[in-house]
Amino acid sequence: MSAVPWQKAEIPGPKKALVFAKPEVVATKVKMAKRPILIVGHEIVNTSLGEEKVIDYIIQMAKTVEIPVVATAHIFGEFVKRGFQPATWMSLMDIANRLQDPEWKGLDGKGQYDLALFVGIPYYMEWTILSSLKHFSPDLTTISLGRFYQPHATCSFSNLSLEYWIECLKVIISELGEK
Amino acid sequence: MPKKAAHLKIKELKTDIGVLKNLELSIGKIIEERWEEPIGPTPFPSITDLREWDFKLLQRYKPFYMPFCDVCCLCTYGKCDLTGNKRGACGIDMAAQQSRFYLLSCCIGAAAHAAHARHLVEHLIERYGRRFPIDVGGVTVEVEAPITRLVCGIRPKTLGDLEDVLDYVESQITHLLSSTHTGQEGNNIDFESKILHAGMIDHVGMEIADIAQIAAYDFPKADPEAPLVDIGFGVIDLQKPVIACIGHNVPPAVEIVNYLKTNGLYGKVEVCGLCCTAHDLTRRSPEAKIVGPISWQLRFIRSGVPDIIVIDEQCVRVDSLIEAQKIKTPVIVTSNKICLGLQNRTRDPVDKIVADLEEARVPGVLILDPVKAGEVAVRTAVKVAPKRKKFKVIPDVSEIIERAKKCASIGECNDCRRACPNDLPIPEAMIEAANGSLNKLADLYEECVGCARCESACRAGMTIHSFIIKAAEKKLKEEKFKIRAGRGAVQDLEIREVGAPIVLGEIPGVVAFVGCANYPHGGKEVAEMCSEFAKRRYIVVASGCSAMSIAMYKNGEGKTPYEIYPGDFKAGGLSNVGSCVSNPHISGAAVKIASIFARRKLRANYEEIADYILNRVGAVGVAWGAMSQKATSIASGFWRLGIPVIVGPHGSKYRRMLLGRKDHKDDWYAYDARTGDRVYVGPAPEHLFYTAETKEEAMVMIAKLCMRPNDTTKGRAIKLTNYIDLHKRLYGTMPDDIHLFVRTAADIPIMMKEEIMKILKKKKWKEGRVPDPTLLPRLIRKRKE
Repeated sequence: MSAVPWQKAEIPGPKKALVFAKPEVVATKVKMAKRPILIVGHEIVNTSLGEEKVIDYIIQMAKTVEIPVVATAHIFGEFVKRGFQPATWMSLMDIANRLQDPEWKGLDGKGQYDLALFVGIPYYMEWTILSSLKHFSPDLTTISLGRFYQPHATCSFSNLSLEYWIECLKVIISELGEK
Repeated sequence: MPKKAAHLKIKELKTDIGVLKNLELSIGKIIEERWEEPIGPTPFPSITDLREWDFKLLQRYKPFYMPFCDVCCLCTYGKCDLTGNKRGACGIDMAAQQSRFYLLSCCIGAAAHAAHARHLVEHLIERYGRRFPIDVGGVTVEVEAPITRLVCGIRPKTLGDLEDVLDYVESQITHLLSSTHTGQEGNNIDFESKILHAGMIDHVGMEIADIAQIAAYDFPKADPEAPLVDIGFGVIDLQKPVIACIGHNVPPAVEIVNYLKTNGLYGKVEVCGLCCTAHDLTRRSPEAKIVGPISWQLRFIRSGVPDIIVIDEQCVRVDSLIEAQKIKTPVIVTSNKICLGLQNRTRDPVDKIVADLEEARVPGVLILDPVKAGEVAVRTAVKVAPKRKKFKVIPDVSEIIERAKKCASIGECNDCRRACPNDLPIPEAMIEAANGSLNKLADLYEECVGCARCESACRAGMTIHSFIIKAAEKKLKEEKFKIRAGRGAVQDLEIREVGAPIVLGEIPGVVAFVGCANYPHGGKEVAEMCSEFAKRRYIVVASGCSAMSIAMYKNGEGKTPYEIYPGDFKAGGLSNVGSCVSNPHISGAAVKIASIFARRKLRANYEEIADYILNRVGAVGVAWGAMSQKATSIASGFWRLGIPVIVGPHGSKYRRMLLGRKDHKDDWYAYDARTGDRVYVGPAPEHLFYTAETKEEAMVMIAKLCMRPNDTTKGRAIKLTNYIDLHKRLYGTMPDDIHLFVRTAADIPIMMKEEIMKILKKKKWKEGRVPDPTLLPRLIRKRKE
């Protein structure tokens, strides 16, 4: 399936993200990963559909699959308020920089990650970070969990409506819960 | 710095070794320097002279690349796909290509400032003579040009001396630019070194421009009490003919005021400006008015207020002429850098030019003589104003609602939102407008950067930016603020007073808000950050568009930060140094701390001074809306001096950061100059160039990046208090890296001792020591046997 970047002028290059045909594939990739990590930006706090806050889905997802969560920017406290303890807080620059280092031992000292999922980061900033990882972290698979197509990820959703995106997150959580 | 030309001609010279005939020897300039300080190791450094220092920095702060594009398309070998580890047809790889591109950007930025400086100096020499003295602060400023002294090793005394410095600047930019050609430099770290060189050169060029105009135009001279001047859309008197000056190079604007004054029209015509020309105009004439930063250009033109627009150079919307035609306003372009296709009328009689503009026979003219441009601008404005009657192209409310209905009937195409740099929810606002309410359109005003990409993208031809302006009209008209006019340099006396507390860490830091207005959430964030750090008794300085944005918000008592905080360079002060080219007063203040307070040798002694600043002066630059190439070169000049810079999220598009790794202990050793021991000094400062995702993250990082290895225990405790306090308030938790910044138990803030000791114990912290830090082995005073 093809897709176009959400910000139309952000034309990447020859290597573009595969588009998830259905959200179940995300869950499969997370399950297959040996060392996944979830990187969550500040926009997650302000995104909601009615009463449903996206941060709550992300917490649910992290709990379901026991994936370490890195809270970027200043949103660590927002997780804690909801009774969830992220693995750490780290700026987007710092975590991306470490993901490029093959010698980095990870947050738990057990080694580099093989799958990084991103959500809640300003579109253009995620765009540049994913580009960085595409070029300089050849062994890392990146997944954009955001609403909009991120061409520099390994895999991304296409541009989705808010409603359908929330549905996709629910499906992912459900699939991750399946043994 | 007197200079002489020498010419020797010998018709015939018989010597023991032979006969010389018709020998001519010509020496263009002999520089007589009467400065007693001995010349340092690197006068007029070439690209490679400071390479070792650069490599020291780059070993610690490694480039982190974020390619904006997978390909290189700079030559006809290409496009070349550089994805992953591929190399292009010329052999370049992705890392080098990113650095190369950044260097190109720096060369553009440095060239813009250098060309600006050259134009300004030539014009001022023509007006005031080559021997006009450089005075930037009378007896309060002995070190008149700290950056020029540091880099070039000379003391400019007159306007004529500045030409020699510009010769050097221009030659360096040419060499740097040449290295970006296909098949030149190929190593990314060497490109990075050249970037730092470009930044250093840029600060020289900017300094030359500003000290020339301060001296010749009698701007405020290192004056902490420079006048408070008007800023904001609402301060413009619409009853008068309005002349709007846009750009960065002030001579045409100055000549406008001169003409008004000499012809008894001053006060009868409103003179205002946007961007740095406005800063410099108010430094010359405090009665002039500032409309706002770059993002106000389009809204101001479309409002129909200006009766003539005078454009000089840099950061001008290049569609200004097109927009001006829509409101029937003539344009005068005054720089050979921006001609906009207009006829050069520099040699034509003024009467003829004014008549052509008044009768709209031409949409605008190019006049390369600032004096003539000033006269034409005034006379045209006076004649055009009654005819134009402030004709505008902002639609009224009913028209917006009707047009929005057409947009809503097309459906949610989202083209406008997808073109918006800030992803603003324009479609929802348009739908609400179609239903009769402009509230959501008005809500977009604060965060709109005024680029109008939404309009270019709109398939229905909606003038969305104009809709937003109309919806926020009330707010726009209420924009009436005060900003302190650019003060210029920091006094030597001020440096003497704050030098010790800064270097010892007792003033927690110097925070400089600089750069453009491409903000993620409006200028308010800059004002908030500025106020936070002024309240915490940091020294806060500002320049350019950021200085304007700080002014455009008021506290509960209706006061702007410039009315709340004093204009001194002291703890809790807020200094506006001026325009973009005033930035070297900020880097220069750091240099002067090393020179005046610490008495380090300044003359051509770059490496030692930079080492001093990196290790001792807790200064941080914040360019929250950095957008331009000039911003890249300005930032680079700070890095080479060891001053970190934080940019807002849009700054990630600059393609590369310089990041430290606090978890790599080996990166954070320095020499103790007293003993020669290599000592762990902690990650201070942790990064050199850093993108923050939110203002909260930026504020915590500012506090952290102010820490320096030389802080006294008392100073470190104060800095840690600020860092921890901000972290707790904004992140909701204690920082997880305190153990890296506590060197001895005395560093721990007393009020937090118990809490921090527990953390240190958990982290198995061991007490270290406070060295006399340096990265330069040659500065070790006593080596161990």
